[in-house]
Amino acid sequence: MSDQITIEVFNHLVGLAALELTEEQAEYLRKQLNNQLKVIQELKAIPLDENVPISLHGVPYEKENSVAPREDIWKPYPDPEAILAQAPQMEDGYIIVPDIPHTTLK
Amino acid sequence: MELCDLTALDLTLLLRQKKASAVEIIESAYRRIGEVDGRPGSLDSSPLTDEDKRKVHAFITLTDERAVEKAKMIDRQMAAGEDPGPLAGVPFSVKDIFCVSGTPSTAASRILANFNAPYTATPVARMEAAGAVMVGKVNLDEFTYGSSNESSAFQPSPRNPWKTDRVPGGSSGGSAASVAAGEVPLSLGTDTAGSIRQPAAFCGVVGVKPTYGRVSRYGLIAFASSLDCPGPVARNVTDAAAMLQVIAGADEHDATASPDAAPDYLAKIESGVKGMRIGLSQDYFRITYPDPDTGELMTQPLPTEIEKTVRQAAEKLASLGAEIIEDVPMPNTRYGIPAFFVISRVEAASNLHRYDGVKYGLRAEEPITDLRDMYRRTRNQGFGLQPKLRILMGMYVSAAQYSEEYYKRALRVRTLIRGDFENVFDPNGKYRLDALLTPTTPTTAFEMAAVYGNSVLMQYADQLTVPANHAGVPGISLPGGLDENQLPVGIQLLGADYTEDKLFRIGRAFERATEAEAWRQVKPEVLQ
Repeated sequence: MSDQITIEVFNHLVGLAALELTEEQAEYLRKQLNNQLKVIQELKAIPLDENVPISLHGVPYEKENSVAPREDIWKPYPDPEAILAQAPQMEDGYIIVPDIPHTTLK
Repeated sequence: MELCDLTALDLTLLLRQKKASAVEIIESAYRRIGEVDGRPGSLDSSPLTDEDKRKVHAFITLTDERAVEKAKMIDRQMAAGEDPGPLAGVPFSVKDIFCVSGTPSTAASRILANFNAPYTATPVARMEAAGAVMVGKVNLDEFTYGSSNESSAFQPSPRNPWKTDRVPGGSSGGSAASVAAGEVPLSLGTDTAGSIRQPAAFCGVVGVKPTYGRVSRYGLIAFASSLDCPGPVARNVTDAAAMLQVIAGADEHDATASPDAAPDYLAKIESGVKGMRIGLSQDYFRITYPDPDTGELMTQPLPTEIEKTVRQAAEKLASLGAEIIEDVPMPNTRYGIPAFFVISRVEAASNLHRYDGVKYGLRAEEPITDLRDMYRRTRNQGFGLQPKLRILMGMYVSAAQYSEEYYKRALRVRTLIRGDFENVFDPNGKYRLDALLTPTTPTTAFEMAAVYGNSVLMQYADQLTVPANHAGVPGISLPGGLDENQLPVGIQLLGADYTEDKLFRIGRAFERATEAEAWRQVKPEVLQ
């Protein structure tokens, strides 16, 4: 079977995924993806009745075993400083990021 | 025999009888870690030495100060006549995929190597509230993506205590190895396709994947959110049941955690199997493998020794009064891996988009031109090959033009897999099983470097465990014997939703009936 994920498709995916790969990595990953796709093709051979529904979870969530939605009320987090302390760059309570690329609309 | 070789329930009993203090128990665990573990996993580690190759390397981080403080508190509670909890003084390790406040929580990935969790995962908090003492965080495949632990960014990766040239399995490899090597009697792992049961089988310990939703996922760094299940790794069934008792239950922080209270898992654990209906399925006695040259899938019989171990276990259970039902149809078992390749990748890709170098974790060093450049460099430097593979596949199969053909189809195949289990566990159906007895893995522990790099072959290590994740049903892997290389063989029990109590009961009956067998007396190589 020919490769389904061509170099062009692969490069497009890499861009969308916000990755940057060396040539060696790209070659390995594309080969593995195509090997995995061969396995995934197995799914096509399964006779599937049109009425078979999708399952988002194995265990069905019915009304009786589901948690009721929480009330929409604000609860202060006990230690927001501990969360902010993890940010790579902070200044005056703001998380700093590099320049955000933008284009000017005509 | 040292304190650290005892079971969790024996340890907590000794503590209550004032024959051992919590501090003595913890010191015993750290002594064992000092003897067998070797250097902990770290980024940019030096090449392996011969000595490294004889050690277990289960841990990434030891939390000794925290553990000693906690142990002293338990000893003070005991002295004051207070109840320190059902697992008081019991050391446990935590797979480093759980957030624990004030500790590095790395997911074995460079991208989270500097992340100190600001909060504690519910199952860990519950263990600590029950008096158990966390001694450290154990290694795993990066973000849990693997079945051998070799993909960890923190090297040396764990090795199998039975034979240190073998993998411990994965992704909860550090958990299983730390329990098998006598470093801790209990470990908290996670299972998305078999990540508790497969390493438990490889390391000769007990591993439980509870029903999806039985244990809260709050504070678990997500892989595939509809499949991830936290669960216990232990040296025997009773300890595993006692641990599940502590970690199970509703949690306001996880809407998928079942609101129903867990039953008392220990109440009937010694009740035996008389009258229980246990099934065997031909669909679990044949395995699928990709041809190493062409990648085409081939079907093979299970290795003889593994099938023999399962059949002997069935005979043992029959002799104890269980009814064995042969030829139970589980026809969609073979689609477990193809469907998993799609569903888990879509969910993983979605979960991995949060790592962007902005809020926490790694940010690539300057020079950086702009935000997009920072994203790309950070993710390229921070993620190993396995997360990259999952992101790319997840994006491919969920792309608008392919989603019907791949993702939606996989979700419908999942319905068929679930249907197999519903059919055989239906109390009014033809089979009316209490449990299905199967092998846990298609092989025993393989050699280090033998499979790593072949992502398809590695995924097929989970082919007998993944159907339970698709279906959400509970499963437990137990030691069933040793193969000709003196490596553990795991047997698996699968049950209907929320029937962990039955699986524990069957497992315990098997354990009791085989207590005196020669293979039970053999110890892992690192303890000989």
